[in-house]
Amino acid sequence: MMIQQQTKTVDGAFYFALAVGGLISAIGVAAALYMEIMGHQVSGMNNQIFWGLPHVFGIFLIVAASGVLNVASIGSVFGKKAYKPRAPLSGLLAIVLLAAGLAIIMLDLGRADRVLIAATHVNLTSVFGWNMILYPVFFGLVGLYVWTLMDRSKNQYSKAVGTAAFIWRLVMTTGTGSIFGFIVARQAYQSAILAPMFIILSFAWGLAIFLIVQEIMYARSKMELHPQLRARMKNLLGVFIGAAMYFVAVYHLTNVYYAKQIEFTHFILVSGGIFPLLFWGGFVLLGSVVPLLLLYAPGFSANKGSVTAASYLTVAGGLCLLFVFIIGGQAYPMDMFPGMQVTSSFFDGKIDSYTPSLPEILLSVGGFAIAFTMTLVGVRVLRFMPQDDVAKLQSAGYLHD
Amino acid sequence: MTEPNDKSRRGFLGAAAVGAAGLGVAAIAPGLHLIEVSQASAPGKGASSKVRWGMLIDTTKCASDCNACVNACNSENGINEVLKDPRQGSQWIRKIDLKDSKSGITHSLPMMCQHCEHPPCVDVCPTHASMKRADGIVLVDRHTCIGCRYCMLACPYKARSFVHMTLTEQNPEVPRGQGCVESCTFCVHRVDKGQIPACVEACANAEHNAMLFGDLNDPNSAIAQRIAEVKTTQVRADLKLNVGVRYQGI
Repeated sequence: MMIQQQTKTVDGAFYFALAVGGLISAIGVAAALYMEIMGHQVSGMNNQIFWGLPHVFGIFLIVAASGVLNVASIGSVFGKKAYKPRAPLSGLLAIVLLAAGLAIIMLDLGRADRVLIAATHVNLTSVFGWNMILYPVFFGLVGLYVWTLMDRSKNQYSKAVGTAAFIWRLVMTTGTGSIFGFIVARQAYQSAILAPMFIILSFAWGLAIFLIVQEIMYARSKMELHPQLRARMKNLLGVFIGAAMYFVAVYHLTNVYYAKQIEFTHFILVSGGIFPLLFWGGFVLLGSVVPLLLLYAPGFSANKGSVTAASYLTVAGGLCLLFVFIIGGQAYPMDMFPGMQVTSSFFDGKIDSYTPSLPEILLSVGGFAIAFTMTLVGVRVLRFMPQDDVAKLQSAGYLHD
Repeated sequence: MTEPNDKSRRGFLGAAAVGAAGLGVAAIAPGLHLIEVSQASAPGKGASSKVRWGMLIDTTKCASDCNACVNACNSENGINEVLKDPRQGSQWIRKIDLKDSKSGITHSLPMMCQHCEHPPCVDVCPTHASMKRADGIVLVDRHTCIGCRYCMLACPYKARSFVHMTLTEQNPEVPRGQGCVESCTFCVHRVDKGQIPACVEACANAEHNAMLFGDLNDPNSAIAQRIAEVKTTQVRADLKLNVGVRYQGI
């Protein structure tokens, strides 16, 4: 056997999924327009917690966009043949996730109508300013990369372009981590570990999304992923989840080490209500420990359902972690006067609370729907389905238990 | 031909202002010298880097129950919107009450944009909308602010507010706008006319005289002399932002 051929089927399910994805995307955009017209007073954000749920979802997608390209990089840059058939889908998802993440962030701007100013007045001391270069170049490089992968006459350039895209994605996610890493004002941020931590998180989140999309595509096409291929990829996901936990642990441990950060760390990990709950219950337990059990525990690990469930839980855990990191980091008051009890009409010294409003939720979910819809159309019109020559991979020793 | 007329008109207005302000020193030539006295920039000219505007706040004179500076700021800058969630309202200046956790000693002080020499908000602004004038005043360009709120994340003083609703009845000299970030401007529209910020004036009118405004670079200015005499504090001095607002008594 050996090449599983994708068979094109014209089914109503595609158009139904397209309609649902399009509708949820449109509702998300409409919610953003509503916020634009009414002002952010209709959001749950305020002058202390001014980055809310849209930032959690948007930054998650932007980080995952970089990580999902890993699958292609492992094939092209590091020469692992089992990953090469997956490179085009990996590239498509990288473009789609970044576009969707940026859509959320841009639609949440106070003046979304001025977004072009961000491109015409770039401040290069700003990490956001760097993004005006990092994101367009990423789009360009990955687009070029996908072209070299899908056009046989350009295959010879795929390694070079793939290497450039791989390096660029590392730079880009360094930038995403640095959005927070350079913030000297707040206890939650200003840490050099944030850049590598975001890179590792991107590995886990991106691969989880890739595995979910791949399983859905195979299921819709009535194809079966070779169990040994699944085993390879689930092992990689397990390594990434473990590495992500390690970096998050080190980030918190360094904060515990600094005396001035202890109170904040206690808040975020112990006494802060929803934040410790989402950290321990969401990120650590459901988003990391349970997926690791599903991936490695005997009786689960070879199971298709357990790998997919582990991938969904990794995504959910990632969103929990970002909620704690972004919202929790703002909720805790800045320590302007050490050793003093502080009160003011502007809620200085007070721990703030945040409840996302319906428009924010719709915009955030709408961003995921934009990614879903773009992927749906992409895999429909072009041949992104990973198709393996299993016998060839087997004989070359690329499949092993 | 219009230039001399302009000059003479300016001269007349300047002389009148000098007289009205009680600064009428006979040796002062009209117009031009008024500007030198006040250290304000001449109309049509940019801010001068020779000047560093700053403020000294004597917390020992600041009364906990007094809100004169806050009220004056709101009135001067047209901050009058009412939001259901008070956390969403703009506050360019606010009164902070402090209580030492060990000694129990209390302080009251106004907090606003500290007009840093090295402002983090300016560093992180993606569009250069957050900017520092040559004379040290940190401002937001309302035409290029895209409302990303990154500056709010970066500001160590919680000095910036995001406008959460459509605004009406604005002061023409102080444009504000929904979806933009804003903060204390040191009443730049007044300073450029040789006046002092509204909060400082209100504090003096309330007979507290806890706020002193002036040129930190001018060794003869009252503020520079006071700072040379008494121990003053920069809030979050650990960040080495060299702020323009200093506090005495904390």
